[in-house]
Amino acid sequence: MSLAYELTQATLPDDVTPEMVAQIDDICAAHRGKPGALIPVLQKCQGVVGYLPVPVQERIAEKLGVPGHEVFGVTTFYSFFSMEPRGRHVIRVCMGTACYVRGGKEVLERLERHLNVPVDSTTEDRRFTLEQVRCLGACGVAPVVVANQDTHRKVMADKVVDLVEQYD
Amino acid sequence: MSQLTINDLAQIQEQSKQAQALRHGQTGVGPQRMHLLICGGTGCQAAGSVAVNAALVAEIAKQGLAEEVAVVETGCNGFCALGPVMVSYPEGIFYVNLEEKDIPELVTSYCVNGEPVERLLYKDPGTKKRIPHMRDIPFFALQRLITLKNRSLLDAEKIDEYIGQGGYQGMAKALKEMTPEDIVAEVKKSGLRGRGGAGFPTGLKWEFCQKAAGETKFVLCNADEGDPGAFMDRSILEADPHSVVEGMVIAAKAIGSHHGYVYCRAEYPLAVHRLQLAIDQAKEYGLLGPDILGTGFSFDLQIYQGAGAFVCGEETALMRSIEGKRGMPRPRPPFPAQAGLWNKPTILNNVETWANIPQIITNGGDWYASIGTEGSKGTKVFALTGHVNNIGLVEVPMGTPLRTIIYDIGEGIPKKHRKFKAVQLGGPSGGCIPEEHLDTICDYEAIVKAGAIMGSGGMIVMDDSTCMVDMARFFMDFVQEESCGKCTPCREGTRRMLQILEKITEGKGELADIETLEELAGMIQEASLCGLGQTGPNPVLSTLRYFREEYLAHVVDKKCPARSCVALLEFKVDLDKCKMCGLCFKNCPVDAISWKKKEPAVIHLDKCIKCKTCLENCKYDAIY
Repeated sequence: MSLAYELTQATLPDDVTPEMVAQIDDICAAHRGKPGALIPVLQKCQGVVGYLPVPVQERIAEKLGVPGHEVFGVTTFYSFFSMEPRGRHVIRVCMGTACYVRGGKEVLERLERHLNVPVDSTTEDRRFTLEQVRCLGACGVAPVVVANQDTHRKVMADKVVDLVEQYD
Repeated sequence: MSQLTINDLAQIQEQSKQAQALRHGQTGVGPQRMHLLICGGTGCQAAGSVAVNAALVAEIAKQGLAEEVAVVETGCNGFCALGPVMVSYPEGIFYVNLEEKDIPELVTSYCVNGEPVERLLYKDPGTKKRIPHMRDIPFFALQRLITLKNRSLLDAEKIDEYIGQGGYQGMAKALKEMTPEDIVAEVKKSGLRGRGGAGFPTGLKWEFCQKAAGETKFVLCNADEGDPGAFMDRSILEADPHSVVEGMVIAAKAIGSHHGYVYCRAEYPLAVHRLQLAIDQAKEYGLLGPDILGTGFSFDLQIYQGAGAFVCGEETALMRSIEGKRGMPRPRPPFPAQAGLWNKPTILNNVETWANIPQIITNGGDWYASIGTEGSKGTKVFALTGHVNNIGLVEVPMGTPLRTIIYDIGEGIPKKHRKFKAVQLGGPSGGCIPEEHLDTICDYEAIVKAGAIMGSGGMIVMDDSTCMVDMARFFMDFVQEESCGKCTPCREGTRRMLQILEKITEGKGELADIETLEELAGMIQEASLCGLGQTGPNPVLSTLRYFREEYLAHVVDKKCPARSCVALLEFKVDLDKCKMCGLCFKNCPVDAISWKKKEPAVIHLDKCIKCKTCLENCKYDAIY
C-alpha cells in the first residue's frame, strides 16, 4: 500500500456519513490550537466513526492544523486506535499474566477456531472483532473476557463459545 | 456549597464521622443501626455486584428497613476472587459470592433477625470452617493498611465520606502550616520510595524539582498501570480516589506547581469515572482550583486518558503522550525534575505512591519510617494472583517474607495434586523466585538479590503446571510487542530473543540457542534507551538462573516437564497412571477420546485439536 498516495488521494469511505463528518469537524474546532489535543480528538472521533480510516485522519489533520504524518504516527502508535472497521461486538480476551497462567491462552485459541479469524481481526460478517488485551486489572477473577462493555469473569475455554454466541 | 474554609472542613469531618461511626463499631451515634458495604470494584462488578446491590436496596425498602439499614457501594475490597463481597457494620461480618437470589433470605435472616446466613460466609480453604468476621479471616488479619485503609469503609463517590475518615487533613496541614521545604523534609524523613517499580526516593525527587528554576511546573500521576498482573492502582482509584488528589495537591505546594495531570489507562473506565467524580467534587468544595481553603494557593487537576501503549508508563514517554505525540522515551538527562512535560520541571509519581502522601503529612514522616526495613519503609501493596487460594490485593509492611504472603495470607496452592513452583514479581521487568528463596523479604534490595524486582507489585504464583520457558516466552512476547521501536537493541534484540524462545518451546531448540539468549540479554540490558529494554531480558535471565534444567529438557530431551508446550506433547494416555475415571472423556470438546468404565481412555489423534482440556482435567498426570 502506498501511503503517500492514500493520504493525498483518498476519499471518505461510504460508511462515514455526512453527520459523522460534521461531528468530526466540531470536535476538531473545539480542540484546535490546544496543546496535547491530538489524542483526545482521535479518541472522540473514533467514538463517532468506530474506526479511523486514513481519509478521516486526513480530515482531522486539516481541521486541527497539524501535519498528516503526525496524525498517522499517533494513530498507528497506540493500540486503542483502529484503522479497520470493527465488528458489532468487540470481544477482548485478557492476556495479562494472571489470565495467561489460568488458561487465557486456551480461551483465545478456542475463540480463534470458533470464529475462524486470527486475533486482532474482524469476522467477515462484521459480527465480531476478536482482540487480545494486556491486563484489564481484573486478575482476581482470571481468566477474563470483555464483550463490548461487559466483563465476564473466570471464563474457561469450554465456556467461552457459549458466551460469545449470546451476542448477536 | 462552595469554597470551604478550614473550619467548614472540620465541621463536615465531624458530621460525616458520626454518620459513619457504625463502621468503626460505634453504635447509637448515626441515624442507622446497620451499614452494608457492598463492593463495587471491577472484579465484583464482573461478578454481578451491581444487580446484587440493586436487589439489596429493593429488598430493604420492601421490608421497611430503609430508615435503619444503609447500603453503601464501595470501591475494591481486595478479595476479588470471592466477589461480589459485602461487609456489614457494626459487626464486621463478611459475606462472599452473593447472588440476587440470596438477598431476600439475607435481609430477613440477618438484617431483621440478626442471624448471619451461614452458607454465604467465607469458608477457609484449609480448615473448611466458616469464618464470619472479616477481621478473623487470615487474608485480612495479616495485612497492615495504609494506602488501602479506606477499603470497604466508604463510598468512593462521596467526598464527605472521605473527609469523615480524616481525608484532606494532610492537605490542610500542608497548605496552612508547612513551608514547601517542610513538606519535602517530611517526605524525605518518611523514607518513602516510588511504588511504580524503580524505588527512587520520593522526597529526593521532589527536592530536585523544588530547586529547579522555572515559573511553571507540573505534578503528574502515573495511572498507566500496564504491568500484567498488577491492579493495585486501579483499586486505589476505584476505592479511594481522593487520597491521590490530596497527595498531588500536597506535592504541588512543595514544588510550587499549579497544574497537574493524572495519566490513566483507557482500559480502566470505572477508575476514570470515579476519579473524575472525585476531581469535580473537590473543585466544588474548593479543595482544588483557585485559593484552596482560603490559603491563596491554587492547583488545578485533570485526567488524561492513555490510548494503549505500555511504554507510556515510562516517565519521559508518558510526558510525550500528554503532549499529544507518539509515546516514545527520550534519553535522560535532563531528568523530568528539570525538564519534563513541555520542558518544564515536573514530578511524576504513581498512584500508590501518591496515596501514601496524605498520611505521611498527617501522621509525620517518623511514623511512616517506623514501619518496614532499613532501606524500604512503609507498606507495599501486592496484587496476589495466579495459582493461589486467596486471590486479591494485599498490603503488608515492608520486611514481610514472600512465604507469609503466599502461604499465610494467600493460603497456598489451590489444587491438591499441584506443587508450588515459582512466584513472579515485577512483571515483564522482573523475575521468577523459586521455592528455596521464598523466605526473601519484601525489600527493594533483597528482592533484586533474589533475581526479581519489587516492580509495581504484581505477584503471580505459579504451580508446577506452568512451564518456565513458556513464561519467559510470554514476557518476551509482551516486551517485543510493546517495544516502541526507537532504539535498535530493544526493537531488534527482543525480537531475536522471542524467536529463539519460540523455537525452544516448539521443540526445535539447540544448545547454542541458550548461549545466544544470554548474550543477547546482556547486550539489550546494556544498550537500550529506557527501562523497558533495559529490564526486558530479566524474565529470561531469572528463569535461566533457577530453571535451567527445564530449558535443557526442551532443547535436549524435547520434553516439556510441566506438560504445557503443545508441540512437545504426544497426547497419549499413560496406562500406569490412568485411574480410568473418564474425566478427560467427559470434558473433551471434540469427542476425540473414547472411554468405558473400568477401562483406560484412548485419545484419537486424528480428531484431537490439542486444546489440552484433557490434561487440565486429569488429576493423575496420566496424559503426556
